[in-house]
Amino acid sequence: MSEDGAALGARLRERDLAAAPAALNLLESRAPGDVREAAELLAQVSPASLGREAPAHVIGVTGPPGAGKSTLLSALLHAWREQQRTVALLAVDPSSRRSGGSLLGDRARIEFDPADRGVLIRSTAAGERLGGLARATRSAAEALAAAFDVVVIETVGVGQAETEIAEVADTVVVVVQPGAGDVLQFLKAGIMEIPDVLVVTKADLGEIATRTRRDLASALRSLGAGTSVVSVSSLPPPEGIEELLSQLRAHREGLDLAERRLRSRREGALTEFATQYGEQGLRSLGGREATLALLAQEPPGADSASLLAALADRLA
Amino acid sequence: MSSEHPTRLPERDRPWMMRTYAGHSTAKASNELYRRNLQKGQTGLSVAFDLPTQTGYDPDDELARGEVGKVGVPISHRGDMAALMDGIPLGEMNTSMTINATAAWLLALYIVAAEEQGVPEDRLQGTTQNDIIKEFLARGTYAFPPAPSMRLIADMIAYTVVHVPKWNPINICSYHLQEAGATPVQEIAYAMSNAIAVLDAARERVAAEPGGGEELMEEVFGRISFFVNAGVRFVEEHAKLRAMAILWEELGRERYGVREARHLRFRYGVQVNSLGLTEAQPENNVQRIVLEALAVTLGRDARARAIQLPAWNEALGLPRPWDQQWSLRIQQVLAYETDILEYPDIFEGSKVMEGLVQELLEGARREMAVVAEHGGAVEAVPYMKAALVDSHRERIRRIESGEQVVVGQNRFVESEASPLTADAEGGILVVDPALEAEQVRALERWRAEREEAAVERALAELAAAASDPQGSVNLMVPTIAAARAGATTGEWAETLRGVFGSYRAPTGVGEAGAAPADADLSELRSEVGRLQERLGRRPKILVAKPGLDGHSNGAEQIALRARDSGMDVVYEGIRLTPSQIAASALQEGVHVIGLSILSGSHRELIPAVIEALREAGVQAPVVVGGIIPEQDVEKLLGAGVSAVYTPKDFDITRIMREIVALVGDGAGRPPLAASGVAADSAPANGAA
Repeated sequence: MSEDGAALGARLRERDLAAAPAALNLLESRAPGDVREAAELLAQVSPASLGREAPAHVIGVTGPPGAGKSTLLSALLHAWREQQRTVALLAVDPSSRRSGGSLLGDRARIEFDPADRGVLIRSTAAGERLGGLARATRSAAEALAAAFDVVVIETVGVGQAETEIAEVADTVVVVVQPGAGDVLQFLKAGIMEIPDVLVVTKADLGEIATRTRRDLASALRSLGAGTSVVSVSSLPPPEGIEELLSQLRAHREGLDLAERRLRSRREGALTEFATQYGEQGLRSLGGREATLALLAQEPPGADSASLLAALADRLA
Repeated sequence: MSSEHPTRLPERDRPWMMRTYAGHSTAKASNELYRRNLQKGQTGLSVAFDLPTQTGYDPDDELARGEVGKVGVPISHRGDMAALMDGIPLGEMNTSMTINATAAWLLALYIVAAEEQGVPEDRLQGTTQNDIIKEFLARGTYAFPPAPSMRLIADMIAYTVVHVPKWNPINICSYHLQEAGATPVQEIAYAMSNAIAVLDAARERVAAEPGGGEELMEEVFGRISFFVNAGVRFVEEHAKLRAMAILWEELGRERYGVREARHLRFRYGVQVNSLGLTEAQPENNVQRIVLEALAVTLGRDARARAIQLPAWNEALGLPRPWDQQWSLRIQQVLAYETDILEYPDIFEGSKVMEGLVQELLEGARREMAVVAEHGGAVEAVPYMKAALVDSHRERIRRIESGEQVVVGQNRFVESEASPLTADAEGGILVVDPALEAEQVRALERWRAEREEAAVERALAELAAAASDPQGSVNLMVPTIAAARAGATTGEWAETLRGVFGSYRAPTGVGEAGAAPADADLSELRSEVGRLQERLGRRPKILVAKPGLDGHSNGAEQIALRARDSGMDVVYEGIRLTPSQIAASALQEGVHVIGLSILSGSHRELIPAVIEALREAGVQAPVVVGGIIPEQDVEKLLGAGVSAVYTPKDFDITRIMREIVALVGDGAGRPPLAASGVAADSAPANGAA
């Protein structure tokens, strides 16, 4: 029996955080009844229903394994909670599926108070493509953004990961550790999309951390990017978190949120349509660009599930 | 018969030191037990501390719930230590303490207890286990991150070598590696790599010690002892010890420039294998223990200095004094009735033994090189952990498939009812649950009666010494001062956690390889696939270890097999509170929860977890695995647990199949209290 999607969506709209776990169960499900209910849920939190864009700051955090993402997120979580901001963390685990199953170990690495009702951590396995966002992660971010103050999507990787995350997040943060030469090369070669904020961790390592920060900042400047580069220490007490918070805030405030979210929902619907109906489906609608043009005709306040449904209707 | 190689020793050798790993309930009860054991002919003490003491929590801490006095004695302050050692002359006793993260603190309490008896610290003899790397790898009672943990060890070595010269400040443990699944080669290589990490850290510290210097490294090397394991393949196990002696001497000469023969000797104590002890037909464990004891006594060149033997009923629950007496008598029969102590080394010149030793040496050297490539033992913890998880998985696979015979478990399983387990408690020790509350009250009295300002001052000094980036004060000094002032175990550890931060060790499961898919596993995967279609999303399981018990080998294997069956697995490692487990279950949207406990605290902790889950509104069924005595199974089922698995359930694929059926059967329904379990049948399957 499926949960009542509309009721869960309405609760999220009222910022009832206790509705979040059941909402996520529904959004992850592929059972036909659940998919219908999930669409009802998303409709309840669409900009049209909310009368504005969902209020959360949706932040994508990505970087190579071992860069210090968990330590950084623990410190950020702590700082946000001190400011009374509620946080949902969607941890996308990179472990490649063996035999279909996955070990999701990420929540163990993040420090938080388990009794705190203002924090939710949900782990999901990465999609079938390496580094890909789990299908449900997009709609999870869309739904939770109505209820939480901050929604973080954490992924692992460099090169592909921040491209995927840029489709969903308001602000993309790439985390690197000192001496991460590959990130510098990827940036210069254009293999990697330019992040909004770049964090160099382990500032306590001294000279090498300073040099990494300098090299990355000058590479980004030469690319004409407005990315801010922040150093944070990994040893307690964490230093640099305040600066990072203010850079995150500045980026979000300088953003045309409506435009970015609208693009995100349209691209999300397109990606999901391509996954479900394949190349052939896209061709029937006249190809990628034509499909985007179709999406542009839909009302800007529509949620991604309605957009997907609109495309599917055209196929029929 | 040549005169250089006499057949008999001119004089029979003195027996090794005989100990029993003991301690439970309270300091007073344990003191009585020690005195009785000494009367029975035991020649040294081996103190078992409870998990709160081992991990640095007082009995009134949330994490201590259900664990106080369970697997050992609770020691919170110098008053407890004085009661534990009451009437035992510490100037003459040789005391081994199984204590690691909080070793500096317990040694300080021991020094202060001796002081109160009028015994100066330089007369004290004994051993603190103090091996933190194997805690990260296998045993789980760590408290601080790796770097400050290594500093504490180095400080203790530097302090004792000058002030407590007859003390063994560290016992490098290969014991727990074998318990975690290590092959003989891994056991040798990881223990030796661990020793290198410790000695390198100590070398720096000793050089900085007032009155210390490079020449003290001779002494330091000579004071490092080992704590090893011996399994039932006792011929190879003996070869392993000979190989370790050769590597140790080589290491001393080549890396640390040690010259004196007495400092180069490989000294070890031993507790023989518990991993191979079975719950099924537990009387068979007696012969396993005897054979394992031969591995460490037969050859004179690699004979143990000190032995403690496990009890026959360890896989059932906590052993009683009578069970431990039986194990002491095994040692005494070996030492006093047999002729093993009358001969020189009986394997000298044996081609087979030499060949075995060579094989092990080659393998160990290769593996040591791999650890060195990772940057040494501290840096290689994730690598070693994953390798151990893999070896353990392979061992379980061999037992499941019947390739490795375990008598009474996977072969020759027909059995008469055992009279040994026929009493009301099933032949084990049950700790009175009221003791925990008493211990908490006693602690409150202690805090009320001490001079608070002195404690605060001492802890502030400890914090200052710990935060000094130069580390110019040896941490033993403020630690001993805090012990004298009346600080508690929890306060000492909390002060250091405040400076060093806390830590979670790698679980090793993320990196472990996949099991080769046999027919059973393939069938199970299809079943999981069908279940996924019914549920709409992939079946998700939370594998959790509540309480302070760090024995995570079983939980890791369950997590791996669940993944290999096609499930999504949330595994967060050890030491979780009921509220953490409930929050994870709720937020992660899991379909089933598997809890693992080996410390005997299941009677308190499992109902607490179930209550927390209900409060959080989690509907998923709960299964429990661990050392759960037969008579507790009913109680757990009554408390809402769907199934209970014990060491006799060695077929993990079958457990997984039952869990999958449970999820499929009860999808969406509240946990069912399954009906009873027959005494000798497989444990109840809630779905059946």
